[in-house]
Amino acid sequence: MPQLVFADFAPQLVWLAITFTLLYLIMARVALPRIATTLERRRDVIASDLDQAASLKRQGEDALKAYEAALAEARASAHAIAAETRQRLTEEADREKAAMQESTSKRAVEAELRIATAKTAAMANVRQIAAETASAIVDKLLGARPDSAALNAAIDAAVTTGKD
Amino acid sequence: MSTETHDPFAHSPMAQFEIRRFIPMEAGGIDVSFTNSSLFMVIALSAITLFLSLSMRRSALVPSRWQSMAELSYEFVANMMRDTVGAAGQKFFPFVFTLFMFVLFTNMLGMVPYSFTVTSHIIVTFALASLVFIGVTVLGFIKHGVGYLKLFVPHGVPAVLLPLIVVIEVISYLSRPISLSVRLFANMMAGHTMLKVFGGFIVMLGFLGGWLPLAFSVAFIGLEILVAFLQAYVFAVLTCIYLNDALHLH
Repeated sequence: MPQLVFADFAPQLVWLAITFTLLYLIMARVALPRIATTLERRRDVIASDLDQAASLKRQGEDALKAYEAALAEARASAHAIAAETRQRLTEEADREKAAMQESTSKRAVEAELRIATAKTAAMANVRQIAAETASAIVDKLLGARPDSAALNAAIDAAVTTGKD
Repeated sequence: MSTETHDPFAHSPMAQFEIRRFIPMEAGGIDVSFTNSSLFMVIALSAITLFLSLSMRRSALVPSRWQSMAELSYEFVANMMRDTVGAAGQKFFPFVFTLFMFVLFTNMLGMVPYSFTVTSHIIVTFALASLVFIGVTVLGFIKHGVGYLKLFVPHGVPAVLLPLIVVIEVISYLSRPISLSVRLFANMMAGHTMLKVFGGFIVMLGFLGGWLPLAFSVAFIGLEILVAFLQAYVFAVLTCIYLNDALHLH
């Protein structure tokens, strides 16, 4: 069995020691640190990319929120303006209506007053005409002017009865 | 190359394991000849170094195929250590990685026809296992002092059984380097011997009957490649487990 040739042990052990030590030094000093750096850098890049993505997402969400807030504000202000306008118009209309009513009723009162004056004047004229006419008729018939007091009483009675 | 008395490709299935001195050398009375075993150790060393340095030459953010392989091997061993040892084992990661890659590459290089399998020699695997064993033991005593001996006294064992258990634990601890080295050596040697034997059957049975051992050989080479990987993995995992014992006394 070649594995048990003791004379072959020494060269194998010596070369194993040489190659294994060399390999260990190369791995520990050069190869493994390089791989570790690469892996670490990749991990860092991925992490930072994810962070960036998250921050962009947050920014997007903030922008959306701001937009929604602005939209709601605009809607509210539009609402307020519309309500204010409506109220102003209503008030104006009410005011005009009230003014119109007032002037109309004033004019009606004035007109009534005028009518009453005119009626009184007309009544006075009618009485005078009636008195003169009656005095003229009596003069023609009797040839003498009637007593003005009796005439006035008669006309009063006629007007009073005529009124009813 | 020196001339040898043995034909390297002789029919004996054990001939493939012979150590042949290419450059006989001696230093301080010790035979340090450059042998076929040395050659494949150097090839493994160069292959690992080239693989890891060339593939990581342009370490890109998005890895190329080779870079991805290098990173895969790194993360494979790193995950194995994290699972068995935890964060405390990070200091020993280069050692376990070197061990894993060395055993893996020497095993795999052995699968190349006419090559030599470094790990099919008990002295090599025993040297590696002893390195692990001595290292772990020294580490345990540095870390825990005499308290490391508590490793041999498991918790919750009835006092009556304690002497027996301690003896068993000590024996099992001392047999670690043996089981570790024999497992790897025996797997490699048995696999390569089997391949050689069935290769011989193919030639012996010839064109008519050789197809069956040929089919077996093809299947067996697949299995041997799996074993080559698996034994490297087992060697590294057991090293991790021993490390864990030394770092975290139960």
